[in-house]
Amino acid sequence: MELFFSQVLDGLSIGSVLLLAATGLAIVFGLMGVINLAHGEFMMLGAYVTFVVQGLFKPLPGFLFELYFPVALVFSFLVTALFGALLERTLIRRLYGRPLETLLATWGVSLVLIQLVRSISTAMLLGIITTVVLGIFGSRLLARRYDDRPFLPYISGLLWVGSSLIGLALVNLLGSVRPLASAWFGPRNIDVTAPKWLQGSWGKINGIELPGIRVFIILLSAVLLLATLWFLSRSVWGLRMRAVTQNRQMSNCLGIPTDRVDSITFALGSGLAGVAGAAITLLGSVGPNLGASYIVSCFMVIVLGGVGNLAGTVLAALMLGIIQSVIGSGSLLLMFPGLPPMAKGVVEFFATTSMSLVLVFIFIIVFLQFRPNGMFPQKGRSVEA
Amino acid sequence: MNRPLLRRLLPWILLVIAFFILPLVLDDFRLNLFGRYFALAITALAIDLIWGYTGLLSLGQGIFFSLGGYAIAMYLMLNTKSEAGGNGIPKFFENYGVDQLPFFWQPFWSPVFTLIALWLIPALIAGVIGYLIFRNRIKGVYFSIITQAALMVFYHFFNGQQKLINGTNGLKTSTTELFGELVGSPDAQLWFYRITVLLLPVAFLICRYFTSGRFGDALIAIRDDEQRLRFTGYNPVPFKTIVFIVAGALCGLSGALYTVQSGIVSPQFMTIAMSIEMVIWVAVGGRGTLVGPIIGAVLVNYIRSLVSEAIPEMWLFVQGALFIFVVTLMPDGIYGWFKSGGIRSILAAFGKAQPVATYPSLDQDEAIQREAQTIAKR
Repeated sequence: MELFFSQVLDGLSIGSVLLLAATGLAIVFGLMGVINLAHGEFMMLGAYVTFVVQGLFKPLPGFLFELYFPVALVFSFLVTALFGALLERTLIRRLYGRPLETLLATWGVSLVLIQLVRSISTAMLLGIITTVVLGIFGSRLLARRYDDRPFLPYISGLLWVGSSLIGLALVNLLGSVRPLASAWFGPRNIDVTAPKWLQGSWGKINGIELPGIRVFIILLSAVLLLATLWFLSRSVWGLRMRAVTQNRQMSNCLGIPTDRVDSITFALGSGLAGVAGAAITLLGSVGPNLGASYIVSCFMVIVLGGVGNLAGTVLAALMLGIIQSVIGSGSLLLMFPGLPPMAKGVVEFFATTSMSLVLVFIFIIVFLQFRPNGMFPQKGRSVEA
Repeated sequence: MNRPLLRRLLPWILLVIAFFILPLVLDDFRLNLFGRYFALAITALAIDLIWGYTGLLSLGQGIFFSLGGYAIAMYLMLNTKSEAGGNGIPKFFENYGVDQLPFFWQPFWSPVFTLIALWLIPALIAGVIGYLIFRNRIKGVYFSIITQAALMVFYHFFNGQQKLINGTNGLKTSTTELFGELVGSPDAQLWFYRITVLLLPVAFLICRYFTSGRFGDALIAIRDDEQRLRFTGYNPVPFKTIVFIVAGALCGLSGALYTVQSGIVSPQFMTIAMSIEMVIWVAVGGRGTLVGPIIGAVLVNYIRSLVSEAIPEMWLFVQGALFIFVVTLMPDGIYGWFKSGGIRSILAAFGKAQPVATYPSLDQDEAIQREAQTIAKR
């Protein structure tokens, strides 16, 4: 039984990470109907921000260094939220009403982000900055000079191509200088050591150890979830967000600045993903491919929980986490030693992490046969419901 | 030569070039690459059928692609003397202590069964998955997500089952033999190339058959407004299921052709990245047209080879940029852009051609021009 409880605790903490990430995804999807395939990469960014913050805190003396983690949480939220807002302003805004195209575009963004983290170096950063500055100023200049001429888009496209070539040349030029050219993170996994106050046990309940990291993650996601709930239900922007979720055109007519609501929503969703990423660093080493392993589970949470209510998301996330951890670890066998051989074979067959995922996905597809709109479908009169 | 005749002859000319001239011009390595591109073009056609025409963005075509690949790979392994271990079954089974061929591999001793299975099994699985999804009116992004989840099911299954399918390692075909010839040898590869070049037009014709006529109209109706189709008394489920099955079968065929030419099939074909990449071939070439996907698949994969050979780290950047560029600026793809008068619109923007107000075919039509002039005179 003890083993079972510790597995459930493990499952709860995995579920909490999923919950944080999926909440962000659900808010974005519910509000804008946008599937953000780069969401997993925002988690990855959050993890890397944590890594950087830890590196910055390294020279500090003992107890100050221990405080790096809360700071890292805040920064991972802010940085990924900023990235999210940027993405929304530059790309997603252009694709509203075309969800499948948005999906593909955000996949493109996720590819770029993965490779960016792998190969970013000071030289590359300088190249990117040069490209962007040249591109923006150049196209401003062109726009003023050739206002409303039909060929403006083409020459400003050419200008962007030119400025990215200049940027590339700069990267190559600086690449010969050793300290500028070496990649910051590289393709390998990075490790974040959890602060001392998180390592070890946080006491016992009925003889069951409470590992600090797991309990901390569960508490963190509970607090953030409550904060999100408060934000959505009590704050002014939350009210506007809910209004836009329900009826975008009507909200627009009533003077709600829907485009700003979109930006804020996207930033919030991305920020939550960032915090989830920061939490993942406590569970093990993380790499540039971190996003891919979580994103599908996050989508499953949304599919299972239904869009537009957080209760479904919570329940689905925790359920998935627990099922995955209890079945995947094979602790069912240890709990029920007296299983008939047939059942034992079946349990053993699914008792690996990947096979438990297989089982969970099959379960979801079967579940959708009975409840196509998730556990808590939204009631409405729309035929598209 | 007048234009319509040229247009009618163009596919044949291209086919002749691909079949006779490319093998003479290119070396073995490049030819093999082009064979792979043509094999992938069949997948692109299949995705165009379900996405471009029916509006179902499947992110799980990798399942069917790999199943076809596994079918042919297992047949080749079983029928190669040098691959056989102690019990006459492929050697890798010994590594995991399996001494009997798993039952579901038994029929793959037979070449006839394999040739049928490599498209029939993907088709059946596509039918089951498709029916279960479409029956519940799951569509749009939900459909994409669910197919992606199905893909993950297969990926984890194939990745985790060493004893049945050699897990992560996959099945290697390049060292197997067919008709006493090594599959990886240039001669055999040339044959596979020829077969691929001949099957690509067949796939094209299959797709054209399904996209023309009333069936094709129903598909386009599903894409543009499924509710309306339903309210006019049609049940969209059979249409969607059939088209998903056809696409699955084509993907299986394409996967088999790709596997024998790339020399290995592994769960890597079932990664999320691979399946989404297939979609971008269609998007780049032009969805909703049948020529577009072929152009897209060959072009994108050719660029991929070039970039990966020169600067491997750049490929992901290029691919990502391609996704973003095509989706935001060129939603109809290259062929669609070309067909809607793309070059002319650039020339018009720089004042070198007459700007076109409506459809170019209408605007440039002489009869319509004359009519416009007579109206202007009045």
